[in-house]
Amino acid sequence: MSTRRLLLYFPKSETEKPIVYHLVKDYDLVINIFRAKVTPEEYGYLVLDVTGSEQNIARGMEFVRTLNVQVDEAQKGVRWDQERCTMCTNCIPHCPTKALHVADRATMEVAFASQLCVECLSCLENCPYGACSSIF
Amino acid sequence: MKSYEQINAKIESGKAVVLTAEEIIDYVERKGLEEAAREVDVVTTATFGPMCSSGCFLNFGHSRPRMRITQTWIDGVAAYSGVAAVDAYLGATELRQGDPANTYYPGEFRFGGGHVMEKLVAGQQLELHGLSYGTDDYPRREVRTTFTIKDLNQAIMVNPRNCYQNYNAAVNGSERPIYTYLGCLKPKMANLSYCSAGQLSPLLNDPLYETIGIGTKVWLAGAQGHVYAEGTQHAPSCERGPNDVPTEGAGTLALTADMKRMRPEFVRGTSLRGYGVSLALGVGIPIPILNPQVLKRTTVRDRDILAPVIDYSSDYPNRTGKVLARLSYEELKRGEVSLLGKTVETSAMSSYAKAREIAALLADEIRRGEFLMARPLAPLPAKQAFQGLKIREGRP
Repeated sequence: MSTRRLLLYFPKSETEKPIVYHLVKDYDLVINIFRAKVTPEEYGYLVLDVTGSEQNIARGMEFVRTLNVQVDEAQKGVRWDQERCTMCTNCIPHCPTKALHVADRATMEVAFASQLCVECLSCLENCPYGACSSIF
Repeated sequence: MKSYEQINAKIESGKAVVLTAEEIIDYVERKGLEEAAREVDVVTTATFGPMCSSGCFLNFGHSRPRMRITQTWIDGVAAYSGVAAVDAYLGATELRQGDPANTYYPGEFRFGGGHVMEKLVAGQQLELHGLSYGTDDYPRREVRTTFTIKDLNQAIMVNPRNCYQNYNAAVNGSERPIYTYLGCLKPKMANLSYCSAGQLSPLLNDPLYETIGIGTKVWLAGAQGHVYAEGTQHAPSCERGPNDVPTEGAGTLALTADMKRMRPEFVRGTSLRGYGVSLALGVGIPIPILNPQVLKRTTVRDRDILAPVIDYSSDYPNRTGKVLARLSYEELKRGEVSLLGKTVETSAMSSYAKAREIAALLADEIRRGEFLMARPLAPLPAKQAFQGLKIREGRP
């Protein structure tokens, strides 16, 4: 079993198909949705973790691609810009999963573990320096 | 005992022994105070964090025909123009014109004076809009143009209050989130926010202002500047620990330096949700090791410096004076403290990581012979208390 963070981009026409249902039912994938915007007449997106066997994940993604949905594994929905971060730590109590954390208490340097990020966006609201941003 | 002249001669010869206020702690423990005082010439201190009482005087140069600018906006942010024709003072907390502030609470405060200063130092292009009533010698009534810091005759940062000696740690005892200059505080004291570099912070390493005074040379965002006065609200008469380190705000410094020599990573516009805009600055101050006593002060540790914990939902706004607890920076930096029997998550508004970086940069500059010590022209006031505002009834 493995877990992947995926970004799905929907074309205007594909918003009416129950894609997540098929991923669960037909490909035996565990789906954890962090963010979604699926509106008719507009491009939509879905940020999710899929957990399952490598084979099932590959087949599931094959299926969504047939519906014209773009699958992006490289992008992150939330970005932390290390250059803009001043390492003040103000974001840390507001990050529910400790994705943003103090890597070393001696130097008080901040790090971002993107795999832990659930895209709640509270870092965007709390960073005084605009170091965190969302691609949507 | 060493004199300023002896220390500067060593710096100029490139042989000065310089350590940061963090490194000096173990060094003195290893070598002993007397031997370390003979060996070490300078200890560098530093801090990085929002310092709202900051701003800059700008001179735009004269247009043809001349104009006595009476109202100035830079990227939509008003600068004070009640000075000479093309001078203006831009303050860090000034909002951009039309910012809804807290109308839609909590406001975002995306851009203001601090951000303009960041853009200036970064060499970015800015827009100037000026208005005037027109005079015989200054007939022009409006100007609209773009500029960068290179186009300005002067861009001098003049900050009435920087480097608070110590600072409050804030919590929120109410039932709703509150938005403060120390960040968003969750209800029921779920988190605590502090703001000091602790053992690295300049005035905590010189608690009685024995070397830092008016005229002391400082590293202000990469430029060599000076302490030009005591900072506003400088209040050295306060509660202090056995090491003379204050357990509340206490001393402050007024600093100035040339923005044309600053580095943008240490001049950062700050947006504090629900509160406003500000400017975060990096400051480094060297302490010349004149004698063992001065050195001993610089060995202060996070565990020996206490911050007062204040409820910013009630006691702070109402000035009740109530202090919930005093916690050391060693405790605060762990990320979790015990407060009134509860575990509370901690974070900072200041950056210890940046302060470390600045202390090291300044130490390098001194070792290379590029930064000399300046003997203060006058000491900072050592006794002086903070006065509140008296609101008098009736009209004069």
